[in-house]
Amino acid sequence: MNRPKPEPVQAVKQRRDAALLALIDGIPYAQYLGVRFDRRGDELTAVLPFNESLVGNPFLPAIHGGVTSAFLEITAIIELSWSLLWDEMEAGKLDPAAVDREHLPRLPKTIDFTVDYLRSGLPRDAYARARINRSGRRYASVHVEAWQDNRARLFAQATGHFLVPGRNNGG
Amino acid sequence: MTDPSAAQRFIEAIPHSRALGMVLEAVGDGHARISMAWDERFVGDPATGVISGGAVSALLDTCCGAAVLSDAGGATGTATLDLRIDYMRAARPGQRITARAECYHSTRTVAFVRATAHDEDEGLPVATAAGAFTIEGRSNGEKAT
Repeated sequence: MNRPKPEPVQAVKQRRDAALLALIDGIPYAQYLGVRFDRRGDELTAVLPFNESLVGNPFLPAIHGGVTSAFLEITAIIELSWSLLWDEMEAGKLDPAAVDREHLPRLPKTIDFTVDYLRSGLPRDAYARARINRSGRRYASVHVEAWQDNRARLFAQATGHFLVPGRNNGG
Repeated sequence: MTDPSAAQRFIEAIPHSRALGMVLEAVGDGHARISMAWDERFVGDPATGVISGGAVSALLDTCCGAAVLSDAGGATGTATLDLRIDYMRAARPGQRITARAECYHSTRTVAFVRATAHDEDEGLPVATAAGAFTIEGRSNGEKAT
């Protein structure tokens, strides 16, 4: 058997991390909130490091409901974009050097987003993971779960519907 | 809360609302109006300059909370139980966004709120919201279902 030599691990990591970073850099509001993403293979975990400007109730204190909603929505949008980007990126059709703000696929557009607030967000880091329940040619349905200290004790969850950007209409 | 400076202090006391530059324009009797200037830091898609859905949802959430607290019956605090936001159209870059919320029914423990967000075009809203909020500190029987 004549197998091609596997790609060096550093090249794979560099390509994936560069694409992910460009994706996140493309959302100024995500930068403003301080949202980061951890990656294990194709699995993403969003991280929201706590800071005082995220507080909505200074007496508890608790994270602002709007921040929680924005954090979950950003997680859903990045997960969806990431999944749409993945095949193209792995097939080598996406030139890593050309993956920057100007050359990324268009972001999905939110149609609706429903957040279920289960507990107040404590003044500490929050994490979130999104699951794409359906991704069709035009619409996608995404569920997101967010937690703080314990993965099993969610402080919020959300479901949203998104308009999937066209693959061949300018990106 | 009829004194506008007291109303603005409500916003100033919420660190994230202050960070987003929200201005409480009117509040009372279960209604609230809060606006926020366009800012490039709050953009969701730099290709279009359209403000992030997350920033609009923070504005709508704050406005709904203010409407709940201004409702008759003396709630001392509130928290969002659930909030659904429908995005009708992209907000125009550079334009101020104004949210209007109405607490249309409340019980001793729960308030039901709806809200809209407009840019400077008062026609079709940018987004609408509907949610349920907790009511804290309302004594028994003061405002029954």
